[in-house]
Amino acid sequence: MIRAVMVISTQGKPRLLKFYQFQPPEKQQEIVRYVYAALSGRPDNVSNFVDADSIFGPATRLVYKHMATLYIVFAFDSSENELAMLDLIQVFVQTLDKCFKNVCELDIIFNFNKLHTVLDEMILGGQVIETNCDQILKHVDDIARIEKSSSTKSLMPKSISSRFGQ
Amino acid sequence: MEQLKSFGRELAMGSQGGSSKEFLDLVKSIGEARSKSEEDRIILRELETLRRRLSEPDIPRRKMKEYLLRLAYAEMLGHDASFGYIHAVKMAHDDNILLKRTGYLTVALFLDEGHDLIILIVNTIQKDLRSDNYLVVSAALVAVCKLISEETIPAVLPQVVELLGHPKEAVRKKAVMALHRFYQRSPSSVSHLISNFRKRLCDNDPGVMGATLCPLFDLILEDANSYKDLVVSLVGILKQIAEKRLPTTYDYHHMPAPFIQIKLLKILALLGSGDKQASNHMYTVLTEIFRKCDSSSNIGNAIIYECVCCVSSIYPNSKLLDAAIEATSKFLKSESHNLKYMGIDALGRLIRINPDIAEEHQLAVIDCLEDPDDTLKWKTFELLYKMTKSTNVEVIVDRMIDYMINITDSHYKTEIASRCVELAEQFAPSNQWFIQTMNKVFEHAGDLVNPRVAHNLMRLIAEGFGEDDEGADTQLRSSAVDSYLRILGEPKLPSLFLQVICWVLGEYGTADGKYSASYIISKLCDVAEAHSSDDTVKAYAVSAIMKIFAFELAAGRKVEMLPECQTLIDEVSASHSTDLQQRAYEFQALLGLSPQTIENVMPPDASCEDIEIDKSLPFLSNYINQAIENGARPYISESERSGTASTIAVASASQYQHDTSSVHSLKFEAYDLPKPRGPAPSIQSSSMSSLPTISSDLVPVSEATYTTREEQQNPKVQTLADQISAEIGVRLRLDGVQKKWGRQTYSSPSAPSTSSSSSTQKPSNGMVTSETIRENTLDSRKQQIPEVSAEKQRLAASLFGKKAAEKKTQAGTRRPVKEIQPAVATSAPEPLKEDKVIVPAVPPPDLLDLGEPSETATQTIDPFKQLEGLLGPGAGSDVASGPGPSVSAVTTTDLMSLATDMPPIIDSKSSDKGLISSTMTKKGPNVKDALQKDATARQVGVTPTSNNPNLFKDLFG
Repeated sequence: MIRAVMVISTQGKPRLLKFYQFQPPEKQQEIVRYVYAALSGRPDNVSNFVDADSIFGPATRLVYKHMATLYIVFAFDSSENELAMLDLIQVFVQTLDKCFKNVCELDIIFNFNKLHTVLDEMILGGQVIETNCDQILKHVDDIARIEKSSSTKSLMPKSISSRFGQ
Repeated sequence: MEQLKSFGRELAMGSQGGSSKEFLDLVKSIGEARSKSEEDRIILRELETLRRRLSEPDIPRRKMKEYLLRLAYAEMLGHDASFGYIHAVKMAHDDNILLKRTGYLTVALFLDEGHDLIILIVNTIQKDLRSDNYLVVSAALVAVCKLISEETIPAVLPQVVELLGHPKEAVRKKAVMALHRFYQRSPSSVSHLISNFRKRLCDNDPGVMGATLCPLFDLILEDANSYKDLVVSLVGILKQIAEKRLPTTYDYHHMPAPFIQIKLLKILALLGSGDKQASNHMYTVLTEIFRKCDSSSNIGNAIIYECVCCVSSIYPNSKLLDAAIEATSKFLKSESHNLKYMGIDALGRLIRINPDIAEEHQLAVIDCLEDPDDTLKWKTFELLYKMTKSTNVEVIVDRMIDYMINITDSHYKTEIASRCVELAEQFAPSNQWFIQTMNKVFEHAGDLVNPRVAHNLMRLIAEGFGEDDEGADTQLRSSAVDSYLRILGEPKLPSLFLQVICWVLGEYGTADGKYSASYIISKLCDVAEAHSSDDTVKAYAVSAIMKIFAFELAAGRKVEMLPECQTLIDEVSASHSTDLQQRAYEFQALLGLSPQTIENVMPPDASCEDIEIDKSLPFLSNYINQAIENGARPYISESERSGTASTIAVASASQYQHDTSSVHSLKFEAYDLPKPRGPAPSIQSSSMSSLPTISSDLVPVSEATYTTREEQQNPKVQTLADQISAEIGVRLRLDGVQKKWGRQTYSSPSAPSTSSSSSTQKPSNGMVTSETIRENTLDSRKQQIPEVSAEKQRLAASLFGKKAAEKKTQAGTRRPVKEIQPAVATSAPEPLKEDKVIVPAVPPPDLLDLGEPSETATQTIDPFKQLEGLLGPGAGSDVASGPGPSVSAVTTTDLMSLATDMPPIIDSKSSDKGLISSTMTKKGPNVKDALQKDATARQVGVTPTSNNPNLFKDLFG
């Protein structure tokens, strides 16, 4: 199963943390520090996999992607396939990109609740349930539409960047 | 400019709809924080604000939503926001779906399933699961997966099961997952519902079917046999998917439903493991997938890798194995590190079926070992660990130690140190090598290895090679002593290693006469002085000094008491540690004895001799008989003293004057003690145990001091038993003598405890705990060495030939005997990889007989002939493969040059080029750019720009 999805900035600040097995806040911070230390020490042009035995337990691995100022990290155990996880990160990022129209770090900080929604459509209880970008987006939009109809005014910007783009 | 900025800020705030201005400010100020402490201060202030706001009455619900998100944000940054949890629970009750979802989200982020507040939310979840709105139901199911614990499962279980038949496939999918989650939490609570998973496998929607595979995978992992009937249908599903019968919405990068395929392959691997019949069904579809898979995309390779895993797990099929091997070699030859990693992993699986596969890929494996990528390196070490044999153990362990020295992560260091030890213990070609290897491991990771390893090492040095070869043992020991004296010069040695060093120096430091006693003693004093805070090391050092004194005195030589030694002993005899004190006193007592006695106390090189302890103590029998004749009461054993054997006690004690009709276990009559004056009455009076009295009579020393010392020492001995078990032996020998002297050993107030402790200490060398284990490993090792078949040796030699050769050419450090045998076989891969053109004639197998140096000429002429012999199946299984003393270097260099001339094999379609490689290449020069963008992004709150900070442009542009 997938143990965690993390988005960590290249400065080591957590931008999104989602654990599929509860971790107390102190442990979460420890994980972020560990993961950041492990990733920031890695040179370019090496594999996207890192062993995570010492932080997530035996036979766990991290798959990460370094994108602009962010590391997107999935932690999982031996029941998943590394290359497939790498593609799952791709799906996640693509969905975010479509969702926010050119996603940036700021979108992720401000709309972390939306990111959680997207992730909930992709991964449930640590298992992948949907990998089609458009399907995910459709569900997320459905939710957004109902939310809109239930509240006349949007409380949070859909995307900071799109607003400034106008 | 400032004005512009503030204007921009106004504008920005306006566009946030006002409500999240504070959040924006928060994020911005955190982004600008220069240090962690500044950031902490900002968040603490924020939390204080939130706490105040939340305690206000009548907060608008929208505001509340924002507060909760801010709380979640603060908690993500590592601060305690528990004061707001209850508000999150309340918000989940809200009817407004937006607020409800926020409530569920924050609750799921804040609470774990065991939290007290969970009980408050179960009711809401129940209500929402019944909702007409499928989005509400979905939200509730997501919450169920996160929040429902074992105790609360029954509350929602019926509704979740009902939802398995919901018209919306998204809901069905989530219901399946929720049920799976329940199974993970508590298998027993849903055991009656397992059949639902099978039913959902036939769901009309492929997505639901795919989701069902997750719980099935877990179930089959537990118990594959109950699901063998699914093999045919699963294979059918996989076939349909592979033939692209699913709607195109399930395609991903032109692969049909790859994630479902992967899950199916994983399940089939479990079901087909060791089951020929089940595996038979799979062969066709696996072949097809191998054929169809697009190895140019990342996801295609993921499926191929999964196929390889499946093939290596099910009952082997030669055709499929060939395909798997081919796929693996493609991975290994790929430029992508990710694929190399998968290739190494796949190779590790394949060699379990056929160890010969590895030899073809040795160059690739060695490349991975040299790779700057730590993950890949680590994975490769795992592979090497799996394929270690007695023939290649030296190269592999050397490599591992080099790696171990270079890494700092203690987790990996421990892991690799224990692997080195394990391999060395299992496959060591010689004791010499074993000791050297252990020295290195101890030197660099001594604090991380198990103390057992140290005891094994001491034992090995003490026991030596084997039974007959005494000369080799002596040589081994003196080389150990040499190396330890040298190593002692190093700064910072781990405590465990120092213990070994002290022990060996004490036992064998002067054995070969190379070093003078005072030299060794001064070294040992240095050790004790340098580690004055480590009592265990000190204890080892003191005992070692004592041994050297004893050996010298016993041999009739005079030993000069060095001043530093005297200082050490003085210091130690006043130590807080009773164990150290005792050693010091024993040492001082020893110095006053005659050479004969000393030799009896400390026989040289006797750490492995068993000490016979005659529990019946025959030397005392005269004395006892005499005492009994004088009217003493005979000893009654404990069992007799207890009520069960009272009759025997009565009978045996019949001559005793007291009334024994009411014999009871507690009849010890301690009150009589002060009355009698002579020795005989005293025996009579202490009916509990005659022995203590006897000994106290024999030794007219003030008994009190001894007894107290004994009492102090006993627990100490036990607590330290593990740690210093090797040392106990030394003292034990003393114990034995003490008994002969009739000192206080037996005056311990509780006779049974003494006997038990002496029986546990009986193995004289003192390695009580690990002795048997070690014996086993030693035995097995001894057996294994001669057992290694000629074929294996050749294979391993070929596998690591290149490295050995490299070492020779680069550093020239390796001993000649070792480099030859691998060097010969270096060439194994070349003919396979590149030289298919050159078809060498199959040579007569005796070419391989490298035993004679004169053979070199022939080999130089045609190395490939010999290789052909190496590779031919079964060829030369009768060939002796003893490491030849020398093979011409020409062979090696020839082959090496061939290897370097080889053009690098590049996969024409390396995977995922579009995405990965572009990011990779762009990332380097773009760092600055990206940082700038980030800065711009931060500024967004301040300065509105006409363009987005388009951070992902490099990826999606």
